[in-house]
Amino acid sequence: MHEIMYWEAVRRAHDEELANDDMVIVMGEDVGVVGGTYKATLGLYDKYGQERVIDTPISENGFTGLGIGASFLGVRPIIEIMSVNFAWLAMDQLFNTAAKVRYMSGGQLSAPIVVRAPGGTAHQLGSQHSARMEKVFMGIAGLRVVTPSNPRQAYGLLKSAVRCNDPVFINEHELMYNMKGEVPEKEYFHPLEGSEIAREGRDVTLFGYNISVHWCLEAADLLSRNHGIEAEVIDLFALSPLDREGIRNSVTKTHRAIIVEEAEPAVGVGAEVMAILNEECFFELDAAPVRVSALNVPIPYNHALERAVLPDANDVVEAVRKMFGI
Amino acid sequence: MKIERKKRLLREMLFARRFEERCYEAYVERNIGGFLHLYPGEEACAHGVLEAADFGKDYVITSYRDHIHAIKWGADPREVMAELYAKETGVSKGRGGSMHIFDVKNRFMGGYALVGAPFPLAAGIAKAIQMQGGEEICICFLGDAANNQGTFHESLNMAKLWNLPVLYVCENNHYGIGTRIDRSTAVVDQYKRVSGYGIPSRQEDGQDVELVYKAATRAIRHVRSGKGPYFLELMTYRYRGHSMSDSNAYRARAEERMWSKRDPVIMLRDRLIEEGKMTREDFKNMDTEILDQIENEVIAFAEESPEPHVSGVERYVLAENDPWVRGGVP
Repeated sequence: MHEIMYWEAVRRAHDEELANDDMVIVMGEDVGVVGGTYKATLGLYDKYGQERVIDTPISENGFTGLGIGASFLGVRPIIEIMSVNFAWLAMDQLFNTAAKVRYMSGGQLSAPIVVRAPGGTAHQLGSQHSARMEKVFMGIAGLRVVTPSNPRQAYGLLKSAVRCNDPVFINEHELMYNMKGEVPEKEYFHPLEGSEIAREGRDVTLFGYNISVHWCLEAADLLSRNHGIEAEVIDLFALSPLDREGIRNSVTKTHRAIIVEEAEPAVGVGAEVMAILNEECFFELDAAPVRVSALNVPIPYNHALERAVLPDANDVVEAVRKMFGI
Repeated sequence: MKIERKKRLLREMLFARRFEERCYEAYVERNIGGFLHLYPGEEACAHGVLEAADFGKDYVITSYRDHIHAIKWGADPREVMAELYAKETGVSKGRGGSMHIFDVKNRFMGGYALVGAPFPLAAGIAKAIQMQGGEEICICFLGDAANNQGTFHESLNMAKLWNLPVLYVCENNHYGIGTRIDRSTAVVDQYKRVSGYGIPSRQEDGQDVELVYKAATRAIRHVRSGKGPYFLELMTYRYRGHSMSDSNAYRARAEERMWSKRDPVIMLRDRLIEEGKMTREDFKNMDTEILDQIENEVIAFAEESPEPHVSGVERYVLAENDPWVRGGVP
């Protein structure tokens, strides 16, 4: 094991997959000469050439559709959407073509593309560059949705997504590219389904994904230190399909659940996990599940307002204290 | 064009006409559900272009008005009708319907229901052909109204930028659903619109299958020789409404009469008769044979086929037993 940054992990996965299969290509705005806005493809243009590391025009729906069409013939495109906010423009091709073509062709065609996009709220990027769109993608049948919370997952999830025969959306985070973490030196493929126990605990389960896993871990430390509460943190790296078994197992142990999400609460990860709790293990619950979400507000520019919209570790601690009545 | 080829094309186009008319009846009889977009009037477009293409090699993709393109590109008409009847034996196993005819073994890459969606898909198929070093091309058929979607402009730009082997065929039937082209489109000559992307183009009579064939032959030669994309505009007319839910009340009867005088099937029939290669009697017999074939083979197959079993409703959503889903170390 050695420590590398999140962006280096993503870059390494690109490099290995480009080397492994001539049919793997990378497409997106500034992925070539520039090497990617977040350096995810740094140096790969020189190594693999402009036919395989393709700088696209600013035409999100167009180049996403082009990647899907190429995938019909065995090409494996990794499509970078520069910011998840721009993915709205590609929704027609992602939802109407990639997610549905296997079904509506009776299994004759499939669209094994990978779409990566940095999402989340970063530093004062304003309403139109701060979208948290995972809830939109995870609601569509026929798409897989994963969201890496650390460099190991960022590397291994991209590797598996390229090989997998389904369209996979990878939701990254603008604030996490410089995060350091251990990544196996040997080639590694992360499962596209399931969840991970990020911290073992017995008193309450904190469900997080992507950046909110880190808020949960910070909150768990505070809870242990200040209140003697041992929280279990479950990392939902796969948002579609969600890991029903992993969710049930943890709550069967802790009997309490809090879901922490960066997005607005409506029809989100929290709502979906609560529904699964109802369906899978309602009678294991000792308290009503709670979600810690963003306010239902477009992201403001002003820093103080921006922070006020988003949850953090303290909000998680408060939610747990309220649940325990302390 | 050789006489045998002309006769075969006449037969294919008449079959296409009768097939679609029978779909209309089956829809009225409620044997076909959903949306149904029919092709009568436009037969010379698909037949002229695809006659000039390389069957078994070239890829074809189109919109929701797709039955006839699929059949011309090798799909079994029985399986197309079975799809419309929502049967397991349908080309898309009853999961697609009229707007989603797929026959991938013959490289018919599907019918898509979002107007303009196939433009970038076709460019992507062409990108794959280019990467794989093949001599195939991709042929994309869409209507004139699709050219007002962003995908038209985004795809033309990329196709030219990367010199992709794709032929865009615009079947200009002068209406986008119920809106006449001059009421929706600033430049009504569609072939002129692509000049801004540096793509060669041509406008041709879409009712005369021989002219379409000639124009398509030149267009395909251009694309196959590695010179990049080409845009062929075919001037045509659909006899029926946009779909079965369209009252067709927006068109002048005089306009319809004018186009019916330039019917692609009748024009080719009359030419063969003038040339002394066919009699009216021959044509009648051909028609009777086709009607019998549609009733006794095509409709019978669709009617007798089983519906998909409900237990299979969740198949084809994701890949089955994909090992990469579990991850691991190789």
